[in-house]
Amino acid sequence: MIDFGFYLTPSSTIDLDKVDRKAVDDLARADSGIRTCIACGSCTASCTAGVFADTSVRQAILSVLNGRNEKARELLSSCMLCGKCMMVCPRGINTRHLILSIQKYFDGQ
Amino acid sequence: MTPFYILQTDVPEVIDRIPGAYDHFILPYCAGIIFCLCWLGVGLVRVIANLSSSDRKALLLSFVNPVLIWKNLKDIFCDCLLHTKIWKRKPLLGFMHSAIAFGWFLLIVLGHLEVWLFAPRHLYLDNGSLFYPIFYRYFIWMNPGHTTLRGSLFFFLMDLCLLYVLAGIGLAIFKRFRSRLLGMKHTTKPSLMDRVALYSLWGIFPFRLLAESFTADLAGGSFLTLPANALLRFLFGDNLHFMPWWWAYSIVLGLFFVSLPFSRYMHILTEPLLILLRNAGIKVRHPRKGYAEAEIYACSSCGLCLDACPMNVQKKNLRFSSVYFIRFLRRHNEKKVNRIADKCLQCGKCLALCPVGVDSPAIRRRQRAAYNDRLAFDYSALKAPVPGGVSGAPVAGGGTPAPAGGKVMYFAGCMSHLTPRIIKAVLEVFRKAGEDFVFADENGGLCCGRPLLLAGKDRAAKTVIEANRKMIMESGCTTLVLSCPICLKVFKEEYKLQGIEVLHYTEYMDRLVAEGRLTLRKGEGSFVYHDPCELGRGCGIYDAPRRLVEGVGQLCKAEKEGDESVCCGGSLGSLTLSYDDRKRITAGALDNLLVNHPDRIVTACPLCLKTFSDASSDVPVVDIAELVAESTARV
Repeated sequence: MIDFGFYLTPSSTIDLDKVDRKAVDDLARADSGIRTCIACGSCTASCTAGVFADTSVRQAILSVLNGRNEKARELLSSCMLCGKCMMVCPRGINTRHLILSIQKYFDGQ
Repeated sequence: MTPFYILQTDVPEVIDRIPGAYDHFILPYCAGIIFCLCWLGVGLVRVIANLSSSDRKALLLSFVNPVLIWKNLKDIFCDCLLHTKIWKRKPLLGFMHSAIAFGWFLLIVLGHLEVWLFAPRHLYLDNGSLFYPIFYRYFIWMNPGHTTLRGSLFFFLMDLCLLYVLAGIGLAIFKRFRSRLLGMKHTTKPSLMDRVALYSLWGIFPFRLLAESFTADLAGGSFLTLPANALLRFLFGDNLHFMPWWWAYSIVLGLFFVSLPFSRYMHILTEPLLILLRNAGIKVRHPRKGYAEAEIYACSSCGLCLDACPMNVQKKNLRFSSVYFIRFLRRHNEKKVNRIADKCLQCGKCLALCPVGVDSPAIRRRQRAAYNDRLAFDYSALKAPVPGGVSGAPVAGGGTPAPAGGKVMYFAGCMSHLTPRIIKAVLEVFRKAGEDFVFADENGGLCCGRPLLLAGKDRAAKTVIEANRKMIMESGCTTLVLSCPICLKVFKEEYKLQGIEVLHYTEYMDRLVAEGRLTLRKGEGSFVYHDPCELGRGCGIYDAPRRLVEGVGQLCKAEKEGDESVCCGGSLGSLTLSYDDRKRITAGALDNLLVNHPDRIVTACPLCLKTFSDASSDVPVVDIAELVAESTARV
């Protein structure tokens, strides 16, 4: 690897050759919210489950975009679909549908 | 002119005109009715076989329970024959349905009674019981001068019933072209088999009138058929042209019965079955089999749900209405069924207005659960709230001693935490009333489970419900007050909190006012009250909030309210409805509320409050708790 004089920690490295872009495209077809999200974090701030467990729609969307599908699944496994994130989303994303779509897409993988 | 008295008692009144009491024209009718009965028998076995064994047992037990037997008879008579539910909302439409259903029923019953009185041997199967009572007027000859008063009465009654049905059919034909005049903005698009059955149904009674008119001088008639007979004789010169009309009558009857199992008219025969199953306490468990199958075939496809559905402010959403959901379920169109199931707001208005009582919101939830319930979840890190918050101590109310009623617990729920103004107002009312209460989820808690149930994740919902239930049962409270109707519905239906009274805060505050622990100051403002779906149609609470609003100001009427109230559009029920579609629904709901120009809109649900607040720019939206808090003085 070329030495640029700086490097990313391995945990933050995204290898675009290995990232599964198919998941992003498929999910965008199921719910365009994955592309309209501006990662403002309102969803995470209002999350009911987030008080107890690492739950975040924002992070889940970013994880899918970065090819960390397993992380996305984990981040949403404690979601109770209460819908607060949907009410606060400034982009009008149907977060409950997006969460269900992500859960359905990675179901059994 | 035949005299209405008996000349000679030993001379028969009715003589068989056709030897052997048979004619080929009955064959189309017989083929139709036999096919229809076979089909029904198979369908009945299928529905019963697909019920779970406990449901079958409940059904059997309901047949020996005198209370339920009476309820079954009453419901079948009122719903299937008189159509009282339609009468109440749309009288003209109610008259149309009852004329066809009850009128036809009377024609059948009176026809059989006539045969039983005058030609009883034809009520046996080997003597043509299948067709003889239907075509009675063809087979007999009234002995001239021997008609009794009894016979004339039947002639009169039969003609009266025929006129009754013909009036209904006339309205039905009119409705097909001008539904709006009968109170329906939208009607369903009939399928091919619906059309076949529909046109044969339209034909049955006019053909019957013609056929009976042609033979009225032979077989007797009354105010309708006798003049018609004279007219026909005048037109044709003689009365020998009756055969084609009896054939036509038989053919349309046969055609109707053959097309019936594949058309919307299947509801005529399935509705009694659905009433029996519903009164036995059976619930829908599978989106297509058993109870759901009875519901699917009991749907009359009348389209009253089209005008009911809040999504239909946009015409493009008509296809997501309950009537089409049921139609595609019936056709096993899995792709369309899934799409429609996910779109619904679960506001329950279609169920409230359905004359048959088809619980399509419940079937949609079962359809969602068919896939979504399999999805994995992990709630191990979630903890039920500690009552009273982290401090653990109950929030004491203003130093006043606790009332004798026992401890009160307040559960705000997720949505109230998103609208803290409600929580603030509710707590203020609690303090003003001097209530000793515990705030269960002051520092965050679990969701109530209802949103998971609405999304079809039943197993996940059960986990959450169990955790919350344990917390509440262990707290030792006797009254649970909720500020979110979404929570209220699931707490009432799924939590099984023995010994604990579950109240919405409007009921609770209404009780405080009635007990004199809270005094409302009546002001000048005028308010319109929006019935939240889950509170009104979901839990049947309409009066308590209205009494509270009337206590603080003047209550205006909305265009549609009570169980016809329009969903605010923010509902968690829909999984796929887009933001733009929701906005259109909210605008429609606001128009509905503002017809009488109130000063403020009042609601009793955090979700409605948030949705309306975002959309209503001119008229402020408040929660009832805020209204009560601002107009209460401490007693």
